Amino acid sequence: MQLVTPAIGLVFWMLVTFSLLLVILKKFAWKPILESIREREQTIEDSLSLAEKTKADMIRLQGENESLLAEARKERDALLKEAREMRDKIVGDAKATADDEAKKLLTRAQEEIEKQKAAAIDELKREVSVLSVQIAEKLMQQQLDNNQAQQAIIEKQLSQLN
Amino acid sequence: MANHSTTSHGMSSNTSHSVTEKSGEPTKYDPGKMIMDHVTDAHDWHLWGEGQDAVSLPLPIILYSSSKGIVCFSSSKFHHGHEAFDGFMINEKGGIQWADENNKEAIIDLSITKNVLAMILGVLTLGFIVTGMAMSYGKNKGRAPKGFHNLVEPLILFIRDDVARASIPKSKADKYLPLLLSIFFFIFTLNLFGLIPIFPGGANVTGNIAITMVLAVIVFLTVNLSANKYYWKHIFLPDVPVWMYVIIIPIEILGVVLKPFVLMLRLFANITAGHIIILGFFSLIFIFGAMKPGLGYAVSPLSVAFTVFMSLLELLVAFLQAFVFTLLTAIYIGSAVEEHHH
Repeated sequence: MQLVTPAIGLVFWMLVTFSLLLVILKKFAWKPILESIREREQTIEDSLSLAEKTKADMIRLQGENESLLAEARKERDALLKEAREMRDKIVGDAKATADDEAKKLLTRAQEEIEKQKAAAIDELKREVSVLSVQIAEKLMQQQLDNNQAQQAIIEKQLSQLN
Repeated sequence: MANHSTTSHGMSSNTSHSVTEKSGEPTKYDPGKMIMDHVTDAHDWHLWGEGQDAVSLPLPIILYSSSKGIVCFSSSKFHHGHEAFDGFMINEKGGIQWADENNKEAIIDLSITKNVLAMILGVLTLGFIVTGMAMSYGKNKGRAPKGFHNLVEPLILFIRDDVARASIPKSKADKYLPLLLSIFFFIFTLNLFGLIPIFPGGANVTGNIAITMVLAVIVFLTVNLSANKYYWKHIFLPDVPVWMYVIIIPIEILGVVLKPFVLMLRLFANITAGHIIILGFFSLIFIFGAMKPGLGYAVSPLSVAFTVFMSLLELLVAFLQAFVFTLLTAIYIGSAVEEHHH
């Protein structure tokens, strides 16, 4: 058959075949395929954007966690510092109180000692005066003629005092 | 070198010499005739063998004439063109005419020829592949594509993204996608089938001018029926001085027709040329073999190597021509539906 003359039969069958091909493939192949591809592309796009969003959320959450952690750490440090100060203060106070108390006790004790001492000295003075009076009495009672005897008596009395 | 001149002679004279006509040398090898027999249509599908021993698949002959109405019979009734049947006979060009030479009544030949059968087989294959693919999309919803999808889907996406959406304004591109996909896969499938040397391949369907003509007419109708006012304004009221209308308008009108016409010729010429070159390389073996058998054997490795190379090139061409046809169709549609804002 001729190379460059279109044969009517082939034109006819080509028209029939291609029209059928077009109609059938359009309905049963291209439309479902293109629709499926479109759906899948949509799914992929959605998934990607979701992943992107999730990632951003994660980063945000992580940042939040970090700042929360930092805050907590700061708070803990502050609490610890406060506690330490409190402790120091309490100890200091206690020490001061104890010192005061001790000082007070000491002064009181010294006062007491002074008082006792004064009382003892008074007692002694009284005793000495009584003794002196007694000695004087005894001396008076003895014959005050002999100097030596007098001396001996005083000596005797004094040694008795000791 | 006598054989060589026969080659060019046979090819230029468009093959009409039959073997027996050749000055009483029935077995003489005529590459021109062989090649033309292979690239043109036929009423039977030649499988193997030569001359009287040829084995071919008979195909149905369907004829219409006003005197006999519709007549159907097998092409085997013609006995390879040696006998007339029911008042019809096959002429030396492969066409069907009245056995009575003086009968000038028109015959409309609607036979299922080799190309029609090859086309139907190719289209059925394509149809099964893509509809099967469409069905498995339903089953595989939301999953990654696998198997055959990975072969066909890139082509579909390629046509959608790089051909249709790249050439046609986006809001309208998807409307023309079924047509573009059908044209692309039709041409691509049949180009590939044409490269298979044995049945059911080997027919030069997309290299037949009738096929490319119908495709071109479909493109022509699609472009011009979907054209908007800007397209027609561009043709009949172009932005040139009025006196130039005399020149411009005929050129524009010519362009409207010429675009699909060139589409028709390009596909036809490229695919036919590929077939001719491959067959020509094979013919070299027999041309040299006819001079001296040893020479034929000597040439055959070279011939096979060239043929393999050409076949690989034709694989590229098969895709390229389908792509070019589809791309140009998309560009023409794009230019017809484009909105201009002046």
